[in-house]
This record gives sequence, C-alpha cells and structure tokens, in this order.
Amino acid sequence: MSKQWPLWEVFIRGQHGLSHRHVGSLHAPDAEMAIRNARDVYTRRNEGVSIWVVKSLDITASAPSEKGPLFDPSSTKIYRHPSFFEIPKDVGHM
Amino acid sequence: MTSSTAIDPTAFAEWLQRVGDNAIILGHRISEWCGHAPVLEEDIALANLALDLIGQGQLWLGLAGEVEGKGRSADDLAYLRDCAAFRNILLVELPNGDFGQTLMRQFLFDSFHIELLRSLREAGDSRVRDIAAKAEKEVAYHFERSTDLVIRLGDGTAESHARMQRALDKLFRYTSEMFVDDKLDETMAEAKIAPLPSTLRPAWDRTLAHVFAQAGLTAPDEAWRQKGGKNGVHSEHLGHLLAEMQFLQRAYPGARW
Repeated sequence: MSKQWPLWEVFIRGQHGLSHRHVGSLHAPDAEMAIRNARDVYTRRNEGVSIWVVKSLDITASAPSEKGPLFDPSSTKIYRHPSFFEIPKDVGHM
Repeated sequence: MTSSTAIDPTAFAEWLQRVGDNAIILGHRISEWCGHAPVLEEDIALANLALDLIGQGQLWLGLAGEVEGKGRSADDLAYLRDCAAFRNILLVELPNGDFGQTLMRQFLFDSFHIELLRSLREAGDSRVRDIAAKAEKEVAYHFERSTDLVIRLGDGTAESHARMQRALDKLFRYTSEMFVDDKLDETMAEAKIAPLPSTLRPAWDRTLAHVFAQAGLTAPDEAWRQKGGKNGVHSEHLGHLLAEMQFLQRAYPGARW
C-alpha cells in the first residue's frame, strides 16, 4: 500500500451563477477529508461558495502530443465563429 | 442597552478574561505547529484554527478591557499580564505533545467551547452575544474537524489508536475544570450573562460518549482532577509559553508593525 495519500483536484465556485473553476490540488485520504482540506487550503480568503473534489486519477486528459491532430484543424475554420451573420436591426444588441 | 442586570465590572472583566484567555492561549499553542505539522494540508488547517482562536481572544479581551474601564486594550491584556493574571484553564496551556495529543486536546476543548458559545446566544449582554455569534461559526467547524479526526485516528491503525488513547488518558484529568462552578460563575449566572459551567456538562458528556464509541476510545475515571487555571494558578508551562508569546512587547515596548 502506498504511504502517500491520493491526490485530489479541487474546483471552487466563487459566486452563485459562475461555474466551478480548477484552483489546484491537494492530498487527502478520502473525499470527505479532501473537501475539508480544500476548505482550509483554498478558501481562506473568502473565495468560495461551493467546493468539488475529484481524484486526480479519475481525470482523463488529452495527450499533449496529440495537440496537433486534435486542435489544429479548427484553427482554419473561421466560418465556425458566429461572426458572419447579419443581425437584423430589430433584434438589437445580442 | 447592552446589559440587562447591573454587574460588578471587575467580575465581568475577569469572566471575559477566562473566555478570552482560553482562546488566546490555545491559539498560541496551536500556532506552534506552523511549519511542523505532519502534512502540508494539516499545517494550513492548524494555522487557520490558531488564527480563529487568536481573533476570538482579541475580541473577548478587547471587551474585557472595555468593561474593566482602566484603559487597557486587548494587546495590553494579552502581552503585558504575567502568569498569575491569566485565567485560562490548564488544559489549553499544556504542551502540544504529538499530533494525536494536540488533536485530542482540541476535541476535548472544542466540544466544551461549542456548548458554551451556543448557550451565550441567550446572554443578557449584546456585546457578549455578538462575539459569541461570530465565534460560534468558527468553532462549529473546529468541532466538526476535531471530532472527525479523533474518530478516524481512534479507529485507525493500532499505532494511531494507541496514541489517541494515550492522549485521552493524559488529558482527561484536565477537563473537569471546564465545568466547575465557582463564585464568579455564580455571579455571571445571576446577572444572566453566562451559564453556570456545570450546566454544559451533560451535553459534553453525551458528545464524548457518542464520539468515543465510534473511535473505540475509553475515557478514564476522573479520580484525580487538575484545576487552578481559572483562578490564576497555572502549570509551569504557561510561563514558557508567555515568554515566547510576549517577547516582542517585553523587549520592545510599544513596538508596532
């Protein structure tokens, strides 16, 4: 058995209406302790109204080496940005 | 108005020092872990705890100075009184020992502290109610945290269990002082500012029974009770603690940031 506690990624929601944002990571023996530790480590200055923790191991990430095939193709498809539509005056500001 | 019943300011101020000194002395003790805790996350949690307690001590002692009416500030009371003028219970001045002992002391104190603060919701002095209300939120978290850790470690490995039981055996004799009623307590209760400490005991006993059952720990018999701190009769440890806590103001009187 590993002597090191598992690593957890911490997400804090700063205000109602905003999304949780990744703020960092910490070690804890289980999820409940991870929440407590996150409270003590990441919300000392009144940063949050809600905390999520997830085991770092449970996050599947895209590989940096696949960056090209994954993301480059979209860089030339500017027509995917919704900036080519003429908005009728009556609609007003969107 | 602030107070419903006239009370001798000296008695009131002394009671406030009892409450404030418990917070400030335990806060200082906990701060000694800063940079030394077993893991980084605990280190930060303990620093938060210490700061909460020191902040509460500052409020209580500030009010003590105000009630006393001799122009002493919270800082004057914290940094310029000698041992015999401190009114904290012995439990909070004891050295930290190992991490288990620190946590056990915290649990024994938190479980008393939360009962005291809850009962102060009814205090007949709005200043006391205000400070207690602010402190209660902080202490509710301290209590939740120390309870959880005592259960985890008591019900953990053979090593952690043995350390928690040892800590309990060592510290339990210092707990009865929290619930002893003396003349000052009676004065405060008659003035309807504070509860008689003995009235907090049944709830505390229930908490301990509940938590120790889950933690697999056994509280020892209270054959021998240590007390004195509430009346200024302290252990040798307080002097050493004050030497460190008060050094700056003693060596450089009036020093400011």
